[in-house]
Amino acid sequence: MSGLDTNDSLLRVTDLRVRFGTRTVLCDVSFDLFAGETLGLVGESGSGKSTLARAILRLVHADRGAVLWRGQDLLTCDAAALRRLRRDLQIVFQDPLASLNPRMTIGESIAEPLRIFAGESTARQIEEHVAGMLERVGLDAGMLDRYPHEFSGGQCQRVGIARAMILLPKLLICDEPVSSLDVSIQGQIVNLLLDLQRDTGAAMLFISHNLAVVRHLSHRILVMYAGRIVEIAARDDLFAAPVHPYTRALLAAVPPPPAEASVRSVPVLTEAPATEPPTIGCAYRDRCAYAVAVCAASAPALEAAATGHWVACHRSRELLSFGS
Amino acid sequence: MVPALRIEDLRVEFTQRGARIPAVRDVSMDVAHGECVGIVGESGSGKTQVFMAAMGLNAGQAAVGGRVRFGVADILGAGPSELNRVRGSKLTMIFQDPMTSLTPHLKIGVQLAEVLVCHAGKSWSEARAAARRMLERVRVPEAARRLTQYPHELSGGLRQRVMIGMSLMCEPTLVIADEPTTALDVTVQAQIIDLLRSLRAEAGMALVLISHDLAVVAGLADRILVMYAGRIVESGGAGALFRHALHPYTAELLKCIPSIFGPQLARLPTLTGQPPRPGEAFVGCAFAPRCPRAAPRCWTERPLLQDVSAAGAERHTAARRVACHFPLST
Amino acid sequence: MRALAGDAARRLRSNPGAVCALAAILCMVALALIGPWFSPNGSDALDWSHVASSPALQSAHWFGTDRLGRDLYARTLEGARVSMAIGLVASAVSLVFGIGYGAIAGYVGGRTDQLMMRIIEILSGLPLIFFVIFLTVIFGRSEYLLFLSVGAVGWLTMARIVRGQALSIRRREFIEAAIASGAGTARIIARHVIPNVIGPVIVYATLTVPQIIMFESFLSFLGLGIQEPHASLGTLIAEGAGEMEAAPWILLVPGGFLALLLLSLNLFGDGLRDAFDVKEG
Repeated sequence: MSGLDTNDSLLRVTDLRVRFGTRTVLCDVSFDLFAGETLGLVGESGSGKSTLARAILRLVHADRGAVLWRGQDLLTCDAAALRRLRRDLQIVFQDPLASLNPRMTIGESIAEPLRIFAGESTARQIEEHVAGMLERVGLDAGMLDRYPHEFSGGQCQRVGIARAMILLPKLLICDEPVSSLDVSIQGQIVNLLLDLQRDTGAAMLFISHNLAVVRHLSHRILVMYAGRIVEIAARDDLFAAPVHPYTRALLAAVPPPPAEASVRSVPVLTEAPATEPPTIGCAYRDRCAYAVAVCAASAPALEAAATGHWVACHRSRELLSFGS
Repeated sequence: MVPALRIEDLRVEFTQRGARIPAVRDVSMDVAHGECVGIVGESGSGKTQVFMAAMGLNAGQAAVGGRVRFGVADILGAGPSELNRVRGSKLTMIFQDPMTSLTPHLKIGVQLAEVLVCHAGKSWSEARAAARRMLERVRVPEAARRLTQYPHELSGGLRQRVMIGMSLMCEPTLVIADEPTTALDVTVQAQIIDLLRSLRAEAGMALVLISHDLAVVAGLADRILVMYAGRIVESGGAGALFRHALHPYTAELLKCIPSIFGPQLARLPTLTGQPPRPGEAFVGCAFAPRCPRAAPRCWTERPLLQDVSAAGAERHTAARRVACHFPLST
Repeated sequence: MRALAGDAARRLRSNPGAVCALAAILCMVALALIGPWFSPNGSDALDWSHVASSPALQSAHWFGTDRLGRDLYARTLEGARVSMAIGLVASAVSLVFGIGYGAIAGYVGGRTDQLMMRIIEILSGLPLIFFVIFLTVIFGRSEYLLFLSVGAVGWLTMARIVRGQALSIRRREFIEAAIASGAGTARIIARHVIPNVIGPVIVYATLTVPQIIMFESFLSFLGLGIQEPHASLGTLIAEGAGEMEAAPWILLVPGGFLALLLLSLNLFGDGLRDAFDVKEG
């Protein structure tokens, strides 16, 4: 990605590719993440966003590409070095209950990163640190000895966040952290993440299929489709003037607020076939209202459509001038 | 005019680890022919359990009380043969996850045709032709080919369309849709909502739409019921309710929904505390712990659902009911 | 762990068959341990005046005597002690080894798993009896050989079961979370995999005990195990088989005890499995 100032880049992903068997789940994924920013990642099922999170942390194997974390490639460093680096790269998962070991108390789960990195030695110190973290995420320190199944989804997610943040990581990856939570408490968790980020200065990669939530959190947003990044833009630019046809369709499909609902029809996309997206040419062309011959021939690369606004579409210039 | 479905004083109680857990407490509601009722609530509200009980789907696991009438027939506590005459033909249900509600080892065509063969006594060839027509009606592309496919070969959106098709095979009076779009992407969700809308316009069946997603419900429902902790806390016409909620829970819930329109917020609005666990016991109003308007009375006296429809309101507008000591003013 | 145990205990208590079985087991263990004190006879004391006498509660020999005049009550209880001890020790060994082996194979996966499973398959395929006979011919009868062969029976199935469980646990999110936290393989297997496979393991452990006792009895019956003057239930049954027509009680007393023991252990194991089945994990 030429032309970008590389000095502040905390995380630089280059040409990442992940295959599960013969299926390419991620292809040519490249982007930067800067210190202190929140990068939103939106996409629907099959877009590869969760796989991307796992590939960055080397929880799944990538067969091509590089993930540069402060200059060091996470994908090629040895296991011991990787374990040391994990201290700074943490993740919060989608299903709060499933991400906690059912046979460990929440105190033990939160303490585990402390124990692994062996900083504190005494049990007393660890317990104090864990209790402090519990309070910080809005739970009662007396709950240390309870098991995950005794808590609600929202509370379990707080535990997961406590565990992820206890070593003050520099990057927090949030993989759909509020998707399985009730609407009335989603805000609690999002606000907690915002507070922790402000207090610790951590950068955040926030993955969600819910554009509205992403909108309130992110500085910049990546849009993914079928394993590729199709658009990168600053938040306001993306919502005000989306360029890629998929981004436009996505925004158009969001139902209006209940108070303004009416029976007017929403423009609908044609149904995506159940088979995999085409491997040659643009993956979106079968559903795209603007597809032309060249779209079937070659997959478009991410190109700058405007400052800080990158689009992977053969017709991005025309779309830019037409507006949404 | 006999309503399509009438539920009276429904109570559903589970027994878990020796404890009695009431999931639904004293719910009464009507669904008129041809209307679409949205049931809104979060986890623990009991919204799904109301209709699982009505359809007789949790017999044996739960203690159920009250009355449920489908048309003129009492179906709560009815025997399996009586229930099976109605279920699947005139009273059908669409579930949240089509992958687990479609039989994995049977072809789509077979599952669709089976409905007619079992309920309407049609022959297999007639039923298969009807199945194909139904797939076209629910806008499944390449209908003929899809008939020979298995559920896992279809995408989530297509499977849900098949489920919808199955529920319509016998021209039902009432279709209950339990979170039909929750497992789907937003683009697919928009298509399914659109489909349900046009099918209703075409076939005129009544629809009960259960969802935690108010925006989805708003696009379809004529009337809304809001549930909390196993009870109905507010009901009314969709437009009126969403534009002007009376119960604090409804109002706060509407504020919590993040939007891509409107101003960008530094912090997301939220409710304190968490939705009550099923079976949590309350003295007074269940929402009091989280209510910004709670007063001492709310903690000791449970508010009853009361009709607050404007006097002189026209007959065809839905009644406005709220269960609150201090409802928001109209 | 607490939650799982408490829940299971409650379910177990409401299963009458399992409760009876447990009571029976405890009675038999108590009997085997302290029973001999109630009898005036030693287990290898030869009473020439009462050779092969039938059971009589009024006489000194409640369960009768065998061909050499040894009191059957004392002999049976000694045999029971030996069989139970072997069953317990061998089960414990097979448990520890089987769990460790299975957890590593299941979690690490890949080629390591393939190799480890091939080894198990080969060992399972070996006709163990012939193997034991072969070794006995070469090394002579010895108790160490007995322990070895008996232990070899139990751990194979345990390893397979644990491996299966570990395979299904491997992909769960809390394991990913542990890896992301920087945990090494050893820590993950010890703290995350094994505690979560304990449920079915406990069940199969109780079912392994009767299996091992049975196998030991069989070996002893064949003359490959416990030697005179010591007794195990198997050797006693072997003796009794020879006297079946003339003095059936010499077979029936130890045989009955063994049958009851195995039945109770199996019933209890089934009850445990039902109790642990409805787990939230």
